[in-house]
Amino acid sequence: MITVVLLGKLADLAGAPTLTLAGPLDWAGLRAALPSALAEAIVDPRNRVALNGALMADKATLQAGAGDEIALLPPVSGG
Amino acid sequence: MPMRDIRLLTEMFIPGTLIGPFTQANPGLGGVCTFVGEVRFDEGVEALELSHYVPLTLPGMHALADRTFARFELMGLLMVHRVGLMRPGEPIVCVSAAALHRRDAIDAVDFCMDHLKSAAWFWKREQRTGEWHWIEPRAGDHRDLARWQS
Repeated sequence: MITVVLLGKLADLAGAPTLTLAGPLDWAGLRAALPSALAEAIVDPRNRVALNGALMADKATLQAGAGDEIALLPPVSGG
Repeated sequence: MPMRDIRLLTEMFIPGTLIGPFTQANPGLGGVCTFVGEVRFDEGVEALELSHYVPLTLPGMHALADRTFARFELMGLLMVHRVGLMRPGEPIVCVSAAALHRRDAIDAVDFCMDHLKSAAWFWKREQRTGEWHWIEPRAGDHRDLARWQS
């Protein structure tokens, strides 16, 4: 399984701080597996993606498999 | 080795208990500058909640500390940030820098705070009259950050 971690307001769109999805998933597969409001929101270039804790330069190249963690990161509001 | 103390805290802290030992740990310093940020008593605000992402937030603070040591002549740096639920009046951040000369200490703290306020991996929401609202990035924070891009 793949764990999807949602930060900030993206957690509200998901209805939970984490989701568990069946893998493998590419970017299109991830969007198809998410609730539609969230799938739409993560297209916004200000929303970043990290795979296993590493920030992705291009989220469209996502390839996640069993045991991976995808984090969906909206713009930070600062400390 | 410079004295370096970078932490995320999940419980309330008392800045004096950090600043005293930090100052003691830097014998021979010429100056210490400390900034403490607290949750403001804004009209209607009952609580503030900061969330973080473990793989990015503390490593990001360490990277900021690296850049701070590279940019200023420092003897020591303390950078402590709260996460979790906070009430108005509670400390949220404490940055303290020790240096031989005051300008390095003062500017290092200013540099850290501008970066923590705008570029660190924190997401913040506040509770007003029972309702939670996410806090959006502020243009002013980005202007503050631009001061250091030279």
